[in-house]
Amino acid sequence: MNFRSLITFILLVIVLGLIQILLLKNLALFGIAFCFLYLVSILSFPTSMNAVPLLLISFLLGLTIDVFYETLGLHALSATFLAFIRPYWLKFVSPSGGYDDNTNPTINEMGMAWYISYAWPLIFSFCFLFFLTDQWGTGRFLSALNKSFFSSTFTLLLAIIVQLLFFKRRRGI
Amino acid sequence: MLRILQFLYSLRAFLLFVLLEVIAVWLIVANNSPQGAAFFNSSSAVIGSVLKTQSDVVDFFSLAEANEALVSENAVLIEALSGVQVIPDSMAIELDSAFNATYEFKGARVISNSIRFSQNHLTINKGASDGIKPGMGIFNHEGVVGRVKTVSENYSVAISLLNTGLLVSSKIKSNDVFGSVNWDGNSSSQAKMLYVPRHVNAQVGDTVITSGFNAVFPEGIKIGIIASVSPGADPNYLDILLNLSTDFSKVSYIYLVENSQIVELDSLYSKSEITNEF
Repeated sequence: MNFRSLITFILLVIVLGLIQILLLKNLALFGIAFCFLYLVSILSFPTSMNAVPLLLISFLLGLTIDVFYETLGLHALSATFLAFIRPYWLKFVSPSGGYDDNTNPTINEMGMAWYISYAWPLIFSFCFLFFLTDQWGTGRFLSALNKSFFSSTFTLLLAIIVQLLFFKRRRGI
Repeated sequence: MLRILQFLYSLRAFLLFVLLEVIAVWLIVANNSPQGAAFFNSSSAVIGSVLKTQSDVVDFFSLAEANEALVSENAVLIEALSGVQVIPDSMAIELDSAFNATYEFKGARVISNSIRFSQNHLTINKGASDGIKPGMGIFNHEGVVGRVKTVSENYSVAISLLNTGLLVSSKIKSNDVFGSVNWDGNSSSQAKMLYVPRHVNAQVGDTVITSGFNAVFPEGIKIGIIASVSPGADPNYLDILLNLSTDFSKVSYIYLVENSQIVELDSLYSKSEITNEF
């Protein structure tokens, strides 16, 4: 990762974090579809990125979001889990030729169909862990499942829109 | 030895993952126990000021509505005041301690609020420097809102009534039967009233108000209206569902209430070894 892309990623984390805190915090479609747009930043780090810094960044980002959401630990827990399973899932959905060295797993580089198959299960696992922990002890498993399904779909939809609008397209080969 | 270290190094990502998850779970548990330490939360100065700026912008759009609520509340207060005004005559009445104010009230604004989780909290724009203390009750013109949990210099965090951990001592207005109101985590407009015995005649449409037993709220603040009554799973108690009178999605200006005699009451309870469960 060179210096320029490092700056880009730091900006991405900050901007998405701010959007999450200031705009999306109180948004819940029909009371069940939440939007966790800041996950896009964790999802679009380069495929070759080391696991340790990724885990640390996700944990700190989750903790920051938590502090504003008054849900201390919930986002941190789920985001760390997401960062942990990301490399394994990347390996699982890798295209036949493998990844290039500095591939970013985004729509512009990998295509829409691949991105959905990459991002949706990861976001769903995040949401499921999040709502399961939130409703721990109330025994409402189905409601957690319901919320995580709609939240992950809604988040993915917004993630796609954000990427199509704001992510720079790589110059054609 | 080197092999062990190499083995551990090859597992470093997994070990770090486990460590971070343990920290996260510890934070969740520590933050949710009622008396547990609250380390970082939105009552800290930086986070509080960000939330305050955000709510300054958002609240601007609901100023008209807030004004209307204040005017209608003033009207009710003026009417109540006209009832207690003493007509001056030749007789002088000695006021005794029964007229001493037991409750003190303060006003504040909510700068952050959540209603979608199972443990919801509010952040308030006043803190220890304005005389806010942990344990004070919170209500607005519609009804009960919650209870202060932690306080910093200029902000405080409160547990919303929409929090499965909060019990509010309450009674049915028509027949004075008391119980506890607790949110079940389902809908943000409904809660349950617990510990009402089966023989009680509770009707749909009855008003539920605070009982004043736990010395947090004065008697008579509205909580909700009974929406349904059924025998329920427990053989001793009724299953009562309330429609909450407070619209939690719109809570912005609130009143805080403090019982000035709570220290005396608490020491009395502990002397007689009573734990007040309501």
